[in-house]
Parts: sequence; C-alpha cells; structure tokens
Amino acid sequence: MRNKDLTFWLFLAPVILALGAVVVIPLLAGFFYSFTDWNGLTFNNFLGLEHYLRLLDDGRFLSSLWFTIQFSVVTVVLLNVFGLGLALLVTQKLKSSNLLRTIFFMPNLIGGLILGFIWQFIFIGVFSDLGDLLGIAGLDGWLTTGTTGFWGLVILTTWQLAGYIMIIYIAYLQSIPEELLEAAKVDGASPFQRFRNVTFPLVAPAFTISMFLTLSTSFKIYDQNLALTDGGPFNSTEMVAMNIVYTAFSSNEMAYGQAKAIIFFVFVAIIAVSQVYYNKKKEVEM
Amino acid sequence: MEQKRKKKLPVLEILGILLALVWVSPFYLMVVNAFKTNREMFEDVLGLPSEATVDNFVQAYIDLNFLNALFNSTLITTVSIIIIIIFSSMAGYALARNKSKTSNAILLVFVAAMLIPFQAVMITLTSFFGSMNLLNSGGLIFMYLGFGSSLAIFLYHGAMKSVPLTLDEAAKIDGANKFQTFWYIIFPLLKPISVTVAILNVIWIWNDFLLPSLVLSSSEATIPLRMFSFFGEYTRQWHLALAGLTIAIIPVIIFYFFAQKQIIKGVSEGAVK
Repeated sequence: MRNKDLTFWLFLAPVILALGAVVVIPLLAGFFYSFTDWNGLTFNNFLGLEHYLRLLDDGRFLSSLWFTIQFSVVTVVLLNVFGLGLALLVTQKLKSSNLLRTIFFMPNLIGGLILGFIWQFIFIGVFSDLGDLLGIAGLDGWLTTGTTGFWGLVILTTWQLAGYIMIIYIAYLQSIPEELLEAAKVDGASPFQRFRNVTFPLVAPAFTISMFLTLSTSFKIYDQNLALTDGGPFNSTEMVAMNIVYTAFSSNEMAYGQAKAIIFFVFVAIIAVSQVYYNKKKEVEM
Repeated sequence: MEQKRKKKLPVLEILGILLALVWVSPFYLMVVNAFKTNREMFEDVLGLPSEATVDNFVQAYIDLNFLNALFNSTLITTVSIIIIIIFSSMAGYALARNKSKTSNAILLVFVAAMLIPFQAVMITLTSFFGSMNLLNSGGLIFMYLGFGSSLAIFLYHGAMKSVPLTLDEAAKIDGANKFQTFWYIIFPLLKPISVTVAILNVIWIWNDFLLPSLVLSSSEATIPLRMFSFFGEYTRQWHLALAGLTIAIIPVIIFYFFAQKQIIKGVSEGAVK
C-alpha cells in the first residue's frame, strides 16, 4: 500500500477520525482554553498565565499533588516487591501454582470503584471488630484520618494490581533458559547468587515495563480514591485526578480545571519518558 | 540435596496458600456479610451467617435495576470492542504494509497518544460532545474507539510482522482487492491478537467509571454507575451495600471462570509488548 493509494487512507480513516475528535482536538483546545476564561461553552478574555500562577497558591491542589507523589512512590515499591515475590513463588512448580496465579490475579478484573467499596467495608466494618478481638487499638478508626486513608489506598492498590505485575514478571521469568540456572548451580552458585547474577539481570526488562506501568497507573488513580475515601477527611486524601474532576465538574471552573489537567499531563509525560529512558540505559549497562 | 528440596516445597506451598487466603479474604467477608442481617453483622462480622437470608440480594437486585444495568454494560462493551477490533486491525494492517515515513509518523502519533491521561482531555471532550448532543451511549462507543484504538493498532501492527507479504501478493494475483485480501486472508490469521485486544478492552470498558459517569444519563447507566449511586443510598446499611457489590461482581467471576487462560495470556501479551 502506498501513501497515494486511496485504500491506505480508507483503512486508516475511522481511527484517525476517532483519535482526532476524542484525543487530539480536545487536548489542543484544552491547552488553548487553559489560557482563557473559558466556561465550558465560550470564552471572552485571554488571561495568559493567570490560571497557572493561581495553581502555585492553591493549597488544596498542591497538597493533592504531594499526596499523589507520596502515594505513587510507596505503591510502586510495594507493587514491584509483591509482584516479583508472587511471580517467584508461583513459578516454583508448586502443586497449587495455577490456583494461586488465578487468585492473585482476580482483583484486576474488577473495577477500582467496586473494589474501593469492598475495602471501605473491610477498613470500617471489619477492622474495628478485628481490633477488638485481637486487642489492637491501631485497627480502630481506619479511614477517619489522613494517615489511615493513605495506607488504606496503598493497601487497596497493592492488593488490586500486584497480580497484574506478577503476570509481567512471570512472562520474563519463564523466558530464562533452565540450562543457565543449572550451569550456575553446577558452578556452585548459591540460590541468592543465582537470583542476583542470573535471574535478576534477565528480568531487568520487566522492571522497565512494570515501573513505568505502576508509576503512571498509581499517579492517575481516581476510582479507588473516590470509592474508598472520597478524598476525606477534609480533602486530606484527595489525589490530583480527583482534584481536577472536582474543580471542573463540581466548582464548574472549567478553564482552571483544564490548566490543572495540563500540568497533570506534563507530570505523567515526564514520568513516562524519563522512566523508559533511564531503564533502557540501565539495561545496556547490565 | 534431594531431601532438602522435599523439605523446602511444603514451606513454600503453605506460604502460597496463606497468601492466597489473605488475597481472597475481602471477597469472603463481602459474601458472608451480604447474607447477614445488619444486627448479626454487628455481633459477628467474621463468621458464617447463622441463618442465611436472601432478602438483601432481592432488595439490592431491585434497587440496582440490575438487569437493565447488565444490559447497558453488555451492549456498550460488546459494540465498542467489535468496532475497536474492526477499525484497529484495518489500520494496523495498512500501517504495517506501508513502509513510508508517513506511515511511521502516524503509528508514532497513536503510540504517543497512549501517554495522554484521560483527565487532560475529559473537560473539553465532554463539552464538545455535549454541544453536538453526543453525550449518550453512541457517543461513548465512539470515544472508546478513540481511546482504545492506540493500543490495539500497536498490537496489530506488531502481529503483522509474522504475516508474510507473499500472502498479499498471491491474493492480488487471484484478483482480490485490498479489502478482500484483508478480510479473507489476513484478518483470520490475526485471530490470536484479536482475542488479546478483546480481553484487554473488556477489562477496561466493563469496569470504566469516570468517562461513562460524565457521558451517560441514568437510564443508560452501566453497572459501575448504578453501583455508585446505590452505594451512596446505603451508606450505613452494609448488608444491602455488600449484597449489591456481590451481584455486581458475579458477571466478572463467570467471565473469569470460562476465559481464565485467555485472560492471563492476553494481559501478559498486552503488557509485555
């Protein structure tokens, strides 16, 4: 097929039209509107950087950003530890391997909203009972403070997504030739040495993928946030995505919300690009 | 050496089973408490119900208008996936068979679009579609094509590498045009990747909340949307809320039960590529 062929463009027309109308035009228009007093329908004035300067003084937005960053860092570490741990466990040729894989992966199929509601019940309804039963005061009053809300979200997200990251690591672990590990064993390498010097370097590409995935996923989380804490108490667990939705659709500050969304986009893009760049470099060195 | 291995295995086996129990415990707690009365739940939240009542399920089923929500979810998910598969496979094929700079640039745009977070476009998107009276399930399906085609095209383009060009040439000699070549010869060969695309999109679209919440009216509401308003009504009535959540999850569990192998394979292909 050549560029001049009409069929080439006919094959592409539906998706180009959809991507253009749904992603490209809204993004470009949004970028433009973020510099105006757009109200969702029309705009009268060009405001320049006004919205972006206002962001710097918006305490609620800044604390949601800080909360999101902390949440993402903790979640990425836990997800990769659990994901790799579970993957190593279920690839040990256990009798229950298949069943375990099925169970660990299950939460991924259910939406964050429904899972968030289930865990709201666990943290509020079950934790206090469990605390009374075991005499642990720390299990009382979960989700009523910013700290327990934070850890509640971390637990929920780790539980939900670890099975997904596990699947990625399994794919890489299974591509390691058996002979390589056997050879290391014959040469007298301990299980830890085999992991450190054979398995780990060969699984390195999986880090690129799962770090990138987990970081951008946890940074963009909305459903779980809404269902579990709804940002409360007193907006202390509000993440950026929720702050943007709130600004645009509850306070009806469309242009200001759009400016926040552009900043959000820049953060996500920086994470993605730097992560891929860094990991590619590291893979080569190893 | 052999003895050591025998000893090691049960330890890992037990560790695995314990972890699995922790993993399913939220589902266990949801289901057992959905069968309890509110009072019994207060007395004992961990144990099995003393006498199981299905009243909670009946009321939740009615209040969720569940059949209607199930119908809406099924319709939107199925039509979106069919459209994504048809148009993305065509695009992936066209891009793979055209080795020009234009073709590469188009692919790059689609791949780059995957990086754009939904929040960056949702405000203008809903405003524009609203002004065209497209905030309904038809508009939503078109939006899913826009958001979902990137990954699908990427996967189809990758899969095309293993489809030899000689097939196209043979079809051409036999007098087939490009559309016939694609639909009769190439598309059947892409079936494995179509399954992957379908699975990845089912998981996403079936569970999606924010986009449909901005687009759909309550009569067209999908399961997550109904669940959201249902949960809001029963904040302090866990027994009803949990029964509703259990009902909402059942279709997914059935799907997982029957398509487990393909799901895990599809997810792993989608993530690794």
